[in-house]
Order: sequence, then structure tokens, then C-alpha cells
Amino acid sequence: MSTAIKVENVSKAYMLGQISTGTLSRDIERWWALARGKEDPFLKIGETNDRTQKGNSDVVWSLKDVNFEIEQGTAVGIVGKNGAGKSTLLKILSQVTSPTTGRIGIKGRIASLLEVGTGFHPELTGRENIFLNGAMLGMRKKEILRKFDEIVSFAGVERYIDTPVKRYSSGMYVRLAFAVAAHLESEILIVDEVLAVGDAEFQKKCLGKMGEVSSGQGRTVLFVSHNINAVKQLCTRGLFLENGMVKMEGKVTDVIEAYSNKIATQNDFNPIKIQEIGVVVTNIFLNRKNEGVVNPCEPLEIEIELESDRDIEKIGIQIMISHDDVSGSVFESNSKTIKNLDLIVKKGKNKATCLIHNFNLCSGNYWLGFGMDMPFVLMYYREPYVMRFEVPELMLPPRLLTTSSVYGHIFFDHDWSISYGD
Amino acid sequence: MKEDINQWDLIIESENSLFDLKLDEVWHYRDLLGLLVKRDFVAFYKQTILGPVWFFVQPLFTMVMYIFVFGKLAGLSTDNIPGPLFYLTGITAWTYFAECLTKTATVFRDNANIFGKVYFPRLIIPLSIVVSNLVRFGVQLLLLLIAMVYFAINGGGFTPSLYILLFPVLLVLMAIQGLGLGMIISAMTTKYRDLALLLTFGIQLMMYATTVVYPLSSLHGKMHTLVALNPMTYVIEGMRKGLLGKGSFDGWGLLYITVCSLICLLLGLFVFNKVEKTFVDTV
Repeated sequence: MSTAIKVENVSKAYMLGQISTGTLSRDIERWWALARGKEDPFLKIGETNDRTQKGNSDVVWSLKDVNFEIEQGTAVGIVGKNGAGKSTLLKILSQVTSPTTGRIGIKGRIASLLEVGTGFHPELTGRENIFLNGAMLGMRKKEILRKFDEIVSFAGVERYIDTPVKRYSSGMYVRLAFAVAAHLESEILIVDEVLAVGDAEFQKKCLGKMGEVSSGQGRTVLFVSHNINAVKQLCTRGLFLENGMVKMEGKVTDVIEAYSNKIATQNDFNPIKIQEIGVVVTNIFLNRKNEGVVNPCEPLEIEIELESDRDIEKIGIQIMISHDDVSGSVFESNSKTIKNLDLIVKKGKNKATCLIHNFNLCSGNYWLGFGMDMPFVLMYYREPYVMRFEVPELMLPPRLLTTSSVYGHIFFDHDWSISYGD
Repeated sequence: MKEDINQWDLIIESENSLFDLKLDEVWHYRDLLGLLVKRDFVAFYKQTILGPVWFFVQPLFTMVMYIFVFGKLAGLSTDNIPGPLFYLTGITAWTYFAECLTKTATVFRDNANIFGKVYFPRLIIPLSIVVSNLVRFGVQLLLLLIAMVYFAINGGGFTPSLYILLFPVLLVLMAIQGLGLGMIISAMTTKYRDLALLLTFGIQLMMYATTVVYPLSSLHGKMHTLVALNPMTYVIEGMRKGLLGKGSFDGWGLLYITVCSLICLLLGLFVFNKVEKTFVDTV
């Protein structure tokens, strides 16, 4: 097997605050330093991209000394927390932006799908947009023509192909956009989180198509997703990024395991800073009284400790619970929009508690997510994968084994009966 | 390391050479150029009542206004050419130049969402702007030709000269100027956005420093030298001389604007090439 992508010492620096150093005077200062052969005064190597700590310079290394190789025909899943550098890496690979240092060698044609429907024009018909979008992704006209029927039928929009896409439903729009990209004839396909859109059925179809692309046609796929299940299903290799550096590279199952353990454990909770409203989430506890053990069909108490630098009146606190095998959340709540509670965050320390009376989820690995918003108006923060927790298998009386793979994910409190005759 | 170079089809590095224009890539994406031009054209008149007729309306009304303001009120000379023809020539050429310039100058900002998500040779977009506007220019030129026929039947007042053969050359030079200047400015508008505001205003001022509403022959002394330094002046004068027979244009003028245009283009390409690599991080 030959190497399809080789990344050597790639780093990418971003300026914080004012961009481009913002002012002419600093631009000149930098130019003067460089002209005399000195190093750039605004780029200091050696700082990690740790958002919780304030660095000394205004430069953040979104990627630092990233090295890896990808063999032809493998599907690689890239995992990592928000801000770990996944998107930056994909952007550099797709040539949307260039690295600050380092070098990448690529063998074969590369097609990237950082967003579906880039360049779609609402006034143009589906047909016209297929050509425009396809051309933007690097297809020649005759190539698109050859694949046209296939694209249309994959998207399932035969009837509307000559209607302007602004009249499409959002589902149709996304389907069409994905269909174009999925039919690209490239040796390397880069996909960023596009599966977050569309309904479950379509997501399945996309995953199927991508699986076909990687294993069936022997093309190389790079895939970034928060949906760990999708990564597991699709990829054979994994790449775990943390603070802009490669933390681990290897078999997908190992990498995901490491990643899950890393974020999940309660002991090293990474404080969440929500700068916009001056709130820091210092810790989240699950069933503290029960030493963190979450049992199926028992109460679950989620305690969220926050520190705020001001009083906030209009606030909604959210939690989400999701399962590895299920896309989207299995449960979500918002103190205001769901429970209509007017919680007030006061200056100083706060502790918000959510008590789930009967945690009816069967055993398995779950994610706890957290968010804060101004109800109905603005989302300040939302991260579905903050903390991982495990619900152990338990025997419930009389003989109910709560294994999700056998008995479904949710256990409803229910009764059985039978009646006879009329 | 040596063998590496040949092994890869594509190498991504932080620096690329300044004049590596990747013209082969641009050629590969030529279909995209055509589709973008088509998109601009279709999107312009969709859901309008008059459709492409709008291409006529703007120059016609501007012409009427100029005849009234500059011809009647200010009494500026039109070189003894019928007013409508004189102004229409200037307007048609200037509109093309101004559109190319302004659209190219804000190309990064206007297309930030596309550029941030997908890679294709960025040069395609400015090129598509120049070509799209050519369609519009063609339609407006048709209007001018109709007007010329009308005046020829009704008493004339103008005689086209052999310089008309230079018309395509002048058109290309004008496109190059708009493109080049636009690309130079584009680098600055990505960083300092207020320049885009300054531009719309500046272009209006620039029009008055070009012979759109008056002929070069009506100026004397310093003013004459100043306006003559503006390369767009010779483009318009040259077009007038070819189409209408009157205008200050000669071989030296042609040489001058050719040199100016090429400098503009080279500088523009240089700047554009440099900015396109990292502008995504700044917009």
C-alpha cells in the first residue's frame, strides 16, 4: 500500500483578537523584524493551544507539529474536542487556508466536503446548481453529465430538478448537495461533520455511501464527526487530536476508547468558560451521593457548579444525554424552554441541579452534554459531549436484564395485561 | 527528500512562489468559469419584470441625465458629436471598467463563505467577473450601435474612423485595468474594510478625472496633463475616435495604456496570489 497523504511538521497559528495584527504599525514592526532577519515578534513557538489558560502572546497555535501518514484506501476518523484543531487540519488539507509551517504531500485528486451546498445559488434550478456546485468541487462538465442521473436519483429530487432550489425543503436541499459531493471521482475524500444535517434516514444513506466509497472503491476518506458511532462504523483508523497536537494514532477502536476515556472521566473535568456571559462551569457531578454510579431505572442527579461574575436573569440551563449507538440526543432538557423555570444565576458560586426521577436508560455508554442559552433567543454554549458515563448492567426484579442491545435503549414504566372474549 | 517531490501530485506548503499562477489549474476549472458567468446573468434578471431590458435602462437614463446636467446646464463641449452618442460611449466604457473594478476589489469579502469551504483557483472568480460584465457591456454596446444607426439616418454628425479596428484591443486593455486595479485593492479591503466604502466613493470621483462627460480636447494646461495621465482617459478617447471619429488618441496613447495595464495586471496578480493563501483567516 502506498501513502496517500503525508503530513510533516504542520503548524498553524492564528492571531487572537485583532486579526492581521490589525494595525499598520504592527504590520510594519513585523516587516521590519523580518527584514532584518529576526524572527517574527508576534509568532512565538512553544505555546500550546489551551483555551482555558491565557497565553503570553496573542498567537494561538491551532495545530502544532502535526505529523502523520495515511495509506491509500483507508478511512480515517479524526476525533477530538471542540477546538482541538480538527477543522483547521481539514481546512489545510483542502487548501482553503495554508499552514504556517510544514509540508503536506498528497497523492491523487482531493475533494473536500467541509459544508454541503457550498456555492448553491437559490435562484438557480436544481439542475443548474448540480453543475455549478460540481464544477466548484472540481468536476468537469462532461463528468457531471455522466453522473447526472445518478446524482438526481440519489438525492431523490427528480420531480423538482427544474425548480429553483430556494423552493426546496431544507431536507431536499441538503440531499441534493450531498449527492453532488458524494459522486465526485476523487482518490481522497474529506468530510467534515456534514452528517449533522438531514434526517436519520438520509444520514444512514450518507454513511452507506461513504462506506461504499472507502471500502468498496478503495478511496481514502478523512472523516471528522462528533458522532462516535458513525466514526466507528465508517473508519478503520483513527486520529485523536488534542490541543492542536496528535495525541494518538491507530486502530479506530483504540483511538475512540482513548478519546472517550480522556474526556469522560469525572476526575479531570475541564472547566467550561462561557465568556459571553462571564460564567465558568467548574464541575459537573453525576449522582454524587452514590459516588458517581448511575443505575438504570433509578434516580439520576446532575449537579452543575458554576461561577459567575455577574447576576444573570434570563438564562436557560440545558443538559443532553446521548448514546454511542444513537445519533442525536436520547434526552434533552432546558430549565426554561422545557420546564418553564425562571432560574437566576447570581454573582459568585452557583449550583444548578437537575434531578431525573427515574433514569430509564438501559446499560451502555452515555454522554452528558451541557449548554446555556438566553431562552428562545440566543445560544451561549452547547456541547453534547462534555462527560462520559457508563450505566452498568443490572438485574432488575424479577428478571430484567438491562442490556440495551437486547432490550432497547429506553425502559418505560409500563404494564401488561391480557383480556379474553369480547 | 528528492524522490518525495515526484511522488506527490500536490504539495501544500506555507509559501508559494509569487508568480506561480497555477494557470493549468485555472484551465482545468474553465467549466466553472462558464457556469459562474451564466449564474451571474441568470440571477440578475430572475424574478424581474423587464429581465435583460434592465441592461438598457441604466445607461439610457444616465445618458439623459448627463445631456441635461453636463450638456445643457453646464454647457460642456461634446467635440461637436451628437450628445447622446458622446455620452453613451463614455458611459458604456466607464460602467464596464467601474463594475470590474468594484466587484474584483471586494471579491474576497463577497465570496468569503465559498472560499472558506471549498478550494478552486481563486483567480476564477475575478475572471468570471470580467467575463460576466462583458455580457452586459455587449448589450449596452448594442444600444450604442442602435443609437449610431439612428443618428446616421437622421443627419449624422459623426464619421467612424479606422481606429475602430483597435476597439477589441482597447476593450481588453480596459478589462485588464479594471481587473488589475481591483486585485490590488482586494488585498486591502480584506484587511481594512473601510476601504470598500471609500472605493464606491472614489470611483465616482475617478469618473470625473476621466473623459466621460467631457472630451480631453476641451482641457488645457495642467488639467489636460493630469487627466491625460489617467489611462482610462485614452481608452475612452480611443473608443470615441474609432466609433465617432473624434478623440485625442494616437500610438503613444496606446503604448502608454498598454504599459499601464500590464503593470496593473502584474501587480494585481502578485497581490492577489499572496492574499488568497491566508485571507480565510482574516475575513
